[in-house]
Amino acid sequence: MPEASLLEVKNLHAAYGATQVLHGIDFGLQSGRITTILGANGAGKTTTLRAICQMVRTSGSALFDGQQLVGKATEEVVRLGVAHVPDGRGTFTALSVDENLRLGAHVRRDKQRVVEDLERMYARFPRLGERRHQQAGTLSGGEQQMLAISRALMLRPKLLLLDEPSFGLAPKIVTEIFRILRGINTDDGVSMLLVEQNAQLALELADRAYLLETGRVAVSGTSRELMANESVRRSYLGV
Amino acid sequence: MEAFVHQIFSGLANGCIYGSIALALVMIYQATHHLNFAQGEMATFSTFIAWALIQRGLPYWLAFLLTFGISFAAGVLIQRIILRPVEKAPVLTNVNVFIGLLLIFNALSGWIFDHTVKAFPSPFPQESALKTAYFSAHESGSFLVMLAVLLALYAFFRFTPVGLAMRAAAQNPESARLVGIRVSWMLAVGWGFAAAIGALAGMMVAPSVFLDPNMMAGILLYGFASALLGGVDNPWGAVLGGLIVGVLENLLGAYVIGTELKLTVALVLIVGTLTLMPSGLFGKRVVTRV
Repeated sequence: MPEASLLEVKNLHAAYGATQVLHGIDFGLQSGRITTILGANGAGKTTTLRAICQMVRTSGSALFDGQQLVGKATEEVVRLGVAHVPDGRGTFTALSVDENLRLGAHVRRDKQRVVEDLERMYARFPRLGERRHQQAGTLSGGEQQMLAISRALMLRPKLLLLDEPSFGLAPKIVTEIFRILRGINTDDGVSMLLVEQNAQLALELADRAYLLETGRVAVSGTSRELMANESVRRSYLGV
Repeated sequence: MEAFVHQIFSGLANGCIYGSIALALVMIYQATHHLNFAQGEMATFSTFIAWALIQRGLPYWLAFLLTFGISFAAGVLIQRIILRPVEKAPVLTNVNVFIGLLLIFNALSGWIFDHTVKAFPSPFPQESALKTAYFSAHESGSFLVMLAVLLALYAFFRFTPVGLAMRAAAQNPESARLVGIRVSWMLAVGWGFAAAIGALAGMMVAPSVFLDPNMMAGILLYGFASALLGGVDNPWGAVLGGLIVGVLENLLGAYVIGTELKLTVALVLIVGTLTLMPSGLFGKRVVTRV
């Protein structure tokens, strides 16, 4: 039986000014699953996430939960339940950890549950709990990444977009973050779309994968299939 | 010595007004990086509204509150209708819009309320507990009103969700959108606050300088000087800058350059700050990688 599709992207184009970056990509995302987008630098991975959130000029179609995202304002896409952990993490560095997390729940009206969720985040990331009144800019890279992820979760999103969560972090911390992501997916049932440079890690975490090359989908399949694909192995897994 | 202390205190009283105009400027600058040249004329127009309401027989404080509310709403509407279309336009486009607004409000004030100089009442009776050795009743009254507004603003930005969202939107608009904040509306609320604070400054200064369509022209220059001196992205700096400019202006006017050249102090401060210390006394130093 086919599972419910959460996001259906068809013929999506995106451009920065006159520079076309995505040349009509198609992909789908199953509810409750982790999907990854792989590719070299400049292939359009980050742009794909930015296109879903309407942070870049787009055309084509992106249906989320039956709603057309193309043409909406970024804040309205977010209000439908799409949380984005952008590259560079996008934390409010001059605000405290606590304020960052409260901002994550900005659009929610169930104030009582927000307070409970705050405590859940501090339980899941004790390091953030210890630093809740500290300015976010004073945190280490790994802590800031955890803050960015937990801020996104404060939205109670249906879909979490993650842009290179491993970027610039020590291997030990990367392993920890991927373990946490796995937990969020299985415990809370949050669907994820993960963009990663580290193809090995991404394929281990994800159920399904798409490989982008210069703004087009070159290969797609289950993670297992991509791991077995000869050209993927050579170019992206280094084996 | 007595006279010297007196000059300082009356400088502080003026500084309060400069500080609030500077605060209104900073309110918009923080979020948009534009200086609203129409801030002074908007404040004058608001003061005329208060004057008209009082003329109609409304009690002072009711007229005061109504003017505050009307100005807030007008500020929001101006942003929504006039500035939103040019939100992403180049700086000079915005400057043109601000100058246009300045001319419109100046002309409207003269057209609707005519150009004769009008007396504006002070809500603080001459002989009251507010009168102290160095402050007149009106001076200490305005001081207290400004202080109350500052504390209320601080509480709003520090403790309410909308205040937090506004700070987030000013700091990092892109991330703010990613948590679902309607950034453009936050700018509109910022405009509302700026207009309301300006109205307040207008109503507090009008009893001493009298009300006419050009009432705020000079005061706006002092406001600019205060905002720049304090650091144009720091609301507290703006208020402190206002107090410093007020005292400096009074002392220099009384002992050094004479009262006719007082406005020069503001201009020298503006040029001096921009050339020697662009981030002001309390501003963030902005470094851009090129």
